[in-house]
Amino acid sequence: MYQWDFGILWSYRWLFLNGLGVTVGFTIVIVVCGLLFGLLGAFGSLSRFKALRLLALTFIEAFRCTPILVQLIWFYYALPILAGVEMTPITASALALSLYGGSFYSEIIRGGIISIDKGQSEAGAALGMTPGQSMRRIVLPQAIKRMIPALMNQSIIQFKNTSLVSVLAVPDLVYQSQVAAHDSYRPLETYTAVAVAYAAILIPLTIIVRRGEKRLAVSE
Amino acid sequence: MSEPSHSTSKIEIRALRKSFGSNEVLKNINLDVAKGGVVALIGPSGSGKSTLLRCINLLVVPDGGSVRVADTRFAFGDGSNLPDVKTLARFRATTGMVFQHFNLFPHMTTLQNVMEGPLTVRRMARADAEKLARAQLAKVGLAEKADQYPATLSGGQKQRVAIARALAMEPDVMLFDEATSALDPELVGEVLNVIQQLASEGMTMVIVTHEIAFAREVADRLIFMRDGVVVEEGPARQVIDNPREAATRAFLSHFHRTGALPPANATS
Repeated sequence: MYQWDFGILWSYRWLFLNGLGVTVGFTIVIVVCGLLFGLLGAFGSLSRFKALRLLALTFIEAFRCTPILVQLIWFYYALPILAGVEMTPITASALALSLYGGSFYSEIIRGGIISIDKGQSEAGAALGMTPGQSMRRIVLPQAIKRMIPALMNQSIIQFKNTSLVSVLAVPDLVYQSQVAAHDSYRPLETYTAVAVAYAAILIPLTIIVRRGEKRLAVSE
Repeated sequence: MSEPSHSTSKIEIRALRKSFGSNEVLKNINLDVAKGGVVALIGPSGSGKSTLLRCINLLVVPDGGSVRVADTRFAFGDGSNLPDVKTLARFRATTGMVFQHFNLFPHMTTLQNVMEGPLTVRRMARADAEKLARAQLAKVGLAEKADQYPATLSGGQKQRVAIARALAMEPDVMLFDEATSALDPELVGEVLNVIQQLASEGMTMVIVTHEIAFAREVADRLIFMRDGVVVEEGPARQVIDNPREAATRAFLSHFHRTGALPPANATS
């Protein structure tokens, strides 16, 4: 029978906290940048211009249909060789994860926008709104409500995907716990604690978002 | 076909053509609406009447011919460029449109719906827009519903809000696209009453409708369309009471053509 000893992890607390800080900070960056890429991808794929649609589609499928682990390695190791672009591990992984998340956000945002009845943008147009005005004032406010559950889902995946940056030696929570596990010979306790830490952050967040959704739904 | 002179006609459509793919829905349509005139467009579904209405405010862009509303004229077809989005938007701001399915903005209150055009398109100050919107809501008898969301209104009330929303742009003309077709029968009257009131105030209107008795009462001209062409046109009562064409007679035989308007319940 295995003897659990979580007490031993206490001496690594600063290492864990440090890693947690990197993980949370990283998540904020890749969610925000990912949403920006997602907006660009969504508007591109809905554009009137074929070239823009093609460009957006290429971006979305390139990042959606290849493994994120390969993308991370490719951004860090291949770009310097092929394009002469040197990046720190942090920049490379932030970029790869933002683009990867952005490709999924794109499809969520596009789906939300086209789910709004065409009569809504027609009513905006009939009032004399430009397509941009009716998108901002009429379509997006309604579409965002519908997107929230899926956007939240994708952001949770983004948060957990940050664990992959440890392959580029970015000192996130998983990377630091590897250090702790090797040092303490206690991998079971270490990785269990890591899993609990991820859940402890995500579960309260999901509750907050669910509440927010309910409040938003009142106006419909 | 009579042709009012340019100076008096508010809407002038010439040689209008529109196809969706290989389906030619409008074939060489000419139409004039005098200032303050009310024209009813009737015809079987698929006759092109809704497309014609949507060409007047360019929600549907014609393939050929020309459209003029008040002082703005657009030509389409060979050698003419499509108007850019800003020009289109400015033009549409001068025409009010009411849709079959209301198309109210569900994320805004009734008041916000009516204020949206003045605020976003006309760039009015919020206080002025609100004053204007409240006046329009009062006009359609819904002042007390200002703070409610569309989901809480009946179909007739929704359509009256939609009319108020269009009127808040103070348009040159009003276009009604089967405005009562989605309503329960007992709610039709309150909407027709508002339209009739607008007619009596001298609003220039084009009304696509299946309410033949209403068209006879309110419209001064009536156009019967079938398969993308105008089959018969004339003074509304004359066409309805004594249609010349066999196709018009056949179509009108499906309707009660006279009689009182449905009773209004809620209009003030």
